[in-house]
Amino acid sequence: MLLNNRIFDHYRENMTIGDVIEVMRFTYPRLVVKVNGRLIQKSEYNSTILNENDDVKIHHLLAGG
Amino acid sequence: MNLQELKNNRKILTEYSYEKKDLYRGYTDKTLYINISNNEVKVKDVSDRMKEKFIGGKGYGMRYLWDAVTPETRWDSEENEIIVAVGPVGGITQYPGSGKSLVCTISPMTDIPIDSNVGGYFGPYLKFSGFDALEIQGKAERDVVIIIDGKEKTVRIEEAPLEAVDGHILGEQLTNMYGNSESEKRLVSVITAGTAAEHTRIGILNFTFYDLRRKTARMKQAGRGGIGTVFRNKKIKAVVVIAEEVKGNLNNAFDQGIINETGIKLHREMAHLDHLQNNMRKIGTANIIEVMDAYDLLPVHNFQYGSHPDTKKIESKVFIRDYCTQNMPDGCWYGCSVACSKAADNFELKTGPYKGHKVVVDGPEYENAAGVGANCGIFDPHAVLELNFYCDTYGIDTISYGTLTAFAMECYERGIINKEITGGLDLRFGNADASLALIHQMAKGEGFGLIAGQGVHRMKKHFVENYGADAAFLEDIGAEQKGLEYSQYMSKESLAQQGGYGLTNKGPQHDEAWLIFMDMINNQIPTFENKAEALHYFPMFRTWFGLLGLCKLPWNDIVPANNSETEEPAKIQEHVDNYHKLYYGITGTKIDSAEMIRQSERVYNFQRIFNIRMGKGLRKNDKTPYRTMGPVTKEEYLSRESNYEKQMIELGFDLTGKTVEEKIALLRKHRESQYEQLTDAVYKRRGWTMNGVPTPEKLKDLGMDLPELLEVIKPYL
Ligand code: SF4
Repeated sequence: MLLNNRIFDHYRENMTIGDVIEVMRFTYPRLVVKVNGRLIQKSEYNSTILNENDDVKIHHLLAGG
Repeated sequence: MNLQELKNNRKILTEYSYEKKDLYRGYTDKTLYINISNNEVKVKDVSDRMKEKFIGGKGYGMRYLWDAVTPETRWDSEENEIIVAVGPVGGITQYPGSGKSLVCTISPMTDIPIDSNVGGYFGPYLKFSGFDALEIQGKAERDVVIIIDGKEKTVRIEEAPLEAVDGHILGEQLTNMYGNSESEKRLVSVITAGTAAEHTRIGILNFTFYDLRRKTARMKQAGRGGIGTVFRNKKIKAVVVIAEEVKGNLNNAFDQGIINETGIKLHREMAHLDHLQNNMRKIGTANIIEVMDAYDLLPVHNFQYGSHPDTKKIESKVFIRDYCTQNMPDGCWYGCSVACSKAADNFELKTGPYKGHKVVVDGPEYENAAGVGANCGIFDPHAVLELNFYCDTYGIDTISYGTLTAFAMECYERGIINKEITGGLDLRFGNADASLALIHQMAKGEGFGLIAGQGVHRMKKHFVENYGADAAFLEDIGAEQKGLEYSQYMSKESLAQQGGYGLTNKGPQHDEAWLIFMDMINNQIPTFENKAEALHYFPMFRTWFGLLGLCKLPWNDIVPANNSETEEPAKIQEHVDNYHKLYYGITGTKIDSAEMIRQSERVYNFQRIFNIRMGKGLRKNDKTPYRTMGPVTKEEYLSRESNYEKQMIELGFDLTGKTVEEKIALLRKHRESQYEQLTDAVYKRRGWTMNGVPTPEKLKDLGMDLPELLEVIKPYL
């Protein structure tokens, strides 16, 4: 699985977006999540199961300072 | 001291009457020039050409400063100026964040122009009193106060021997002196510095805004680059402006309806979305302390580490729960529904000349808590707020103060300096008492405070020359570039942010580009070209706020609900479109994103060439200290060992049999070469030579092939 165009080392079967966010400690609330280009709403994070070949983007919309 | 006594001791040096020019489409086209050496006051016309090329705000500041100085001018030269300018949008009350002033001078930190964007009521009131900009030149013999009275249409320079110097006292004294009732006080705004601005190079200016609910004059800061030091060196205690009135249409806009409509749209977004997004109304910018810690980006112990187990003691909810007052109108200009200017009321000071006083502390903002807190290893919220308060009232920059104290603390812990040198201050990381003692020394102009107050750049030199410190090591760990201290983000793991700090005009302040998440976490700008594009677009886009008199926060600290579905969410195009509408609504001239960027590029390139004219602004000046690029010491390396090793293995390095020192050296070589390649790409994108000099072709393309600019760049082509 790719996470933000990098190979995701922590992939395991039946992993959800919610799990990825937890593993990566992405605690920032304003995330833009896409799986294979499809936008995933926050309410779907825990029900969206990821496959090994998925291209996942979790972008933090933090333009800071 | 009572106000009458202060007044009785005033001596009028000059009084000048003027005819007030009303605003037309956001401009008065007049500048107020004051020379405090000879007490000359005059009103200058702003030419159409000036308006076209420099727009306003920082653009005007840079142009006037260029005309005032020579390459030999230093910060304390008589001809150096302090310019306060607003932009054409500045002073509207319908769109959040429209009350900013831009302040420019030759900096005592960097010897090049500095610009600082500051809230408070001064800038808009200056405009409503008839002036797009204020230029102050010269040096007074004795302490003076300048009063710009927009009601009476007079400008006075008065000797003011008895007024206080510290910001919170003087702001209050002068607000009460010139405002007889609560509503009149609201029409007064004061610029002050503070006592530490007299003894350090890191002086700031405080701009007041009267808070009706708290019944006190609160302050916003023009913080970076030592402008307050120049102010006090000129023997100015304060500049006061008194406005006649505040109304929603004083800018005499081309189309007020467009401005109203655009404002209402953003107010709605704030009302519906802020609590789901950044909670600016409740917390302000402090909301990111814990975020930065969680992502290993919070500077800890002089930028060595990116997080600390004690961060929870100074996270935003602690300040909200225990200190900040809620449900107060915390906008630093009328109509700012983002209202991020939080304050702690009834805060009892434990140290210093105001010990026991209950004061209003403006803050904390992220930079304060990160700088005077985490970066110095201080995780005591009371100490953070107390340091924050004293930085403001003494008139010093919290960012520089945080970074330079952290540097001194690291030097102390490493034995480069000791108690004998610090005059007994036990400058260990985490020692809040020592930091407070240091700040009080700065205000008194004594002890180690005098040395530290010169900033990291000069401390390095001092430690090498006087105590035999290792120059190369201090170059590595001192977080400064061009003489200015770094602001409070860790750029080690983000090449783009290394450029965001290093490839700036004024020095390493993050207000040009903040790309850490886009780069390091989101991986949205993986190539040098992608990073260079971002390091062109964002600095130019953000320069525009400074031309117009706008605050950056309402651009990206709240975003439209559907922003994530747009092509480039980081740009927040809907808000960018709002700015085009505001510009059109005010001036009657339509612009698009391309023209917006060109407006900024004109001023940005002008400032770059100004730097070259003053002896900096070349590639060698854009180099950055290694502490901000990678691990200098073994401890730093080991704290992220697995990440570094993974990175190097992915890059194809063979690490077998290598010692930690060898691995650090390998990584360093790689990262330094990456920064050079990034520099090449950015210069190319900006239309500069590989030495960082804007080319004549670029200037021509921008309509900035002015003879004085071409002359400066000629020897470098
Ligand atoms: S967002 Fe905050 S700093 Fe900006 S104008 Fe509003 S209150 Fe002032």
